[in-house]
Amino acid sequence: MTNTSPAAKADTAKLEAESRNATKAQLAEFWYYFAQNKGAVVGLAVFVLLVLMAVFAPLIAPHNPDIQYRDSFLVPPVWEEGGKAAFLLGTDAVGRDILSRLIFGARFSLFIGVVVVTIALTGGIVLGLIAGYVRGAVDTFIMRVMDIILAFPSLLLALVLVAILGPGLINAMIAIALVLQPHFVRLTRAAVLSERSRDYVVAARVAGAGHLRLMFKTILPNCLAPLIVQATLSFSNAILDAAALGFLGMGAQPPTPEWGTMLAEAREFILRAWWVVTFPGLAILITVLAINLVGDGLRDALDPKLKRS
Amino acid sequence: MPLLEIRNLRVEFDTAKGPFRALDGVDYTVDAGEVLAIVGESGSGKSVAMLAVMGLLPDSATITADKMEFEGRDLRTLSPKAHRKVIGKEISMIFQEPIASLNPCFTVGFQLGETLKTHMGLKGKQVRERVIELLTAVGIPDPEGRISAFPHQMSGGQCQRVMIAMAIACSPKLLIADEPTTALDVTIQKQILDLLVKLQQESGMGLIMITHDMGVVAETADRVIVQYKGRKMEEADVLSLFESPQNPYTKALLSALPENATGDRLPTVGDFAEAGGF
Amino acid sequence: MSDVILKVCDVYRTYDLKGGMFKKASTLTAVKGVSFDVERGSTLAVVGESGCGKSTLARMLTMIDAQSSGSIEIDGLPIDISTTGISKEMRQKVQIVFQNPYGSLNPRQKIGHVLEEPLLLNTDMPAAERRDLALEMLDKVGLQPEHYGRYPHMFSGGQRQRIAIARAIMMKPKLLVLDEPVSALDLSVQAQILNLLADLQDEMGLTYVFISHDLSVVRYIADKVMVMYFGEVVEYGTRDEVFSNPQHDYTKTLFAATPRADIESIRKRLAAKAA
Repeated sequence: MTNTSPAAKADTAKLEAESRNATKAQLAEFWYYFAQNKGAVVGLAVFVLLVLMAVFAPLIAPHNPDIQYRDSFLVPPVWEEGGKAAFLLGTDAVGRDILSRLIFGARFSLFIGVVVVTIALTGGIVLGLIAGYVRGAVDTFIMRVMDIILAFPSLLLALVLVAILGPGLINAMIAIALVLQPHFVRLTRAAVLSERSRDYVVAARVAGAGHLRLMFKTILPNCLAPLIVQATLSFSNAILDAAALGFLGMGAQPPTPEWGTMLAEAREFILRAWWVVTFPGLAILITVLAINLVGDGLRDALDPKLKRS
Repeated sequence: MPLLEIRNLRVEFDTAKGPFRALDGVDYTVDAGEVLAIVGESGSGKSVAMLAVMGLLPDSATITADKMEFEGRDLRTLSPKAHRKVIGKEISMIFQEPIASLNPCFTVGFQLGETLKTHMGLKGKQVRERVIELLTAVGIPDPEGRISAFPHQMSGGQCQRVMIAMAIACSPKLLIADEPTTALDVTIQKQILDLLVKLQQESGMGLIMITHDMGVVAETADRVIVQYKGRKMEEADVLSLFESPQNPYTKALLSALPENATGDRLPTVGDFAEAGGF
Repeated sequence: MSDVILKVCDVYRTYDLKGGMFKKASTLTAVKGVSFDVERGSTLAVVGESGCGKSTLARMLTMIDAQSSGSIEIDGLPIDISTTGISKEMRQKVQIVFQNPYGSLNPRQKIGHVLEEPLLLNTDMPAAERRDLALEMLDKVGLQPEHYGRYPHMFSGGQRQRIAIARAIMMKPKLLVLDEPVSALDLSVQAQILNLLADLQDEMGLTYVFISHDLSVVRYIADKVMVMYFGEVVEYGTRDEVFSNPQHDYTKTLFAATPRADIESIRKRLAAKAA
């Protein structure tokens, strides 16, 4: 039994191939439903472009985002009167190229989104699993704490936390993650509550699975669909909140080319030099819209009740 | 003239794995006053045909037929308004899950009243009187009290009775029952089947009974259509079907019944498949 | 003296329902004083409608819930999970097959892992050995080795039920509790599963507690029949005794209500209609 004969090895290879086919079939079916939502596909394409832009920023950006060109303060975009070809989208109040700052800013936005969602997801899943699985006093306690957090206006809470921890991008991200967490806890808890009495969970219990295994290996994989959708929407929320905090001066500090911080610096130029304000705002809008479209498509594709066949 | 006449009905669904043919050229004929049973296993397309007649299939379905007529009127060329007058009033349908088929937010009396107001144009006190009449006709005890009950406060059997009441409220000429007793206990099943047959005999309406249970077929049907994977295998009157089934699939179904078991092993459909070529 | 593998004596299961603002606290007795014996290698059919307590009984026999009072003994080993925990030895003695083939398998778990899980949790077998055993079991229930890496939704209801049966017998239990295993299946598939269960019983010497509401199935497979009504046993005897001479009114009602698919009753009905 312990020495694998060639026949058994061939079987293993066939088994593994079959297993991979099954996984591929799952993904293909998912893509079929996702692609039916044209908006979602467009959103995904835009998001992929953003990621590429962030990754290859040093190669794509025409200038270094921090260099101040003393002779080119507030230069309008190239198509306006007085624009220069070197600065396609114009420059800001201290002569930095806006296009390059936007491209590098994509890095920050994506970084913020990923970090915030990861923290919120991890904390949210663990707390939601425990609340939904253990029930009783533990459940009540966790959910009441979450209710309290939800009762605060999210930006206000983030501001308070940043005021305590001090301004800066990392602290802003922690604050935003904390504020987003109750959504994940609630979702996870709801999904756990509906799955925990299903036959397959009972079957795993009868087979001898302990509590941790039941929570993380049996129940959790079946709760992922609404969590994935919420994660996408929280991604865009995080970017918006970070931009808002940056706008208020409590997030990323200047000279970081984060889009919200760029907006904050440009407050006084709304009428004089509209491009300093408009382009960062557009960047935020497009990014958030793209991610929300993807989230919509994911919901349609992952929601079993909507399955058409 | 037959009540319902369908020739060469074909239904195809768009799915992730390509088009799926649920029904492949099946004919149906129902006369007034007769009970037709459509029997088949899951995937036979027995529900799909009647859902197509009622217009209840999703958009991903493509329906084609040579003929689809109710009392001589072509159902496919009716305007949506005219279609709504026929479906629900002259042809009605009851489904498998009784509690889920009723709107959980509204009382039973309200839902029954809705049907009456929409199709029969009744108002006010007339509605309440007719609702009580219907609830009594389907055998619900204390109908006046039950009018203000919500679906979740009633048992599955009672909910199915309410569904039947809604279906016969407008004295339809044809009632389609899609596995009406599958989700119910055996004793309740008998009561519901008896009720359906009684109502059918009293009003002379046509009744189409869709089921997978040969016992239900034996106890209610006049004529039987046997379906398998979207095709009609056999059509016969009920006695001939049980006494001398012609099609190998029918023979297989009948011998797979545990009550017809002769030896230690139950013959399976697979045993008949090679001979029958299906 | 025959070999009794399952001895149930005066088992009760009560639930305490908390009162609220508008309701008094009350107790619901799901199972009332049930006693029966099952011999090794035989099949006991438990018949009843919804709410009769048969599923609660199944949960107690398979140690999912504890009995409120009374004794359960499987293969000489007393079962009382409220006082002791569930040991590996106990788990190895009894397993369960559920009714719903679409809910009893984890949708996110590949079949191979589903079958290996009981071994992984209860034995120290190395991975290769577990896989060999899982493949062997797939073959035993009539599936192919390539099914090992597939997800449950890629299978039909009948195939899923086979997988559920394979999972249940992985630990080679002595007693198998089957909670309406063929009720959700088509007639032709039902026949295949019943044949499979008969084969496995002969091959592995299994004892079945078979819960069903379908009397024709019960008549086919049971050695002894137990009818439950509102938590109590109202009829208990050999299959032939119960079917030919039911004693209790409820059993008689149940038999009368079951639709009969035979020619004589059709003739009678058509004659009555014509009259």
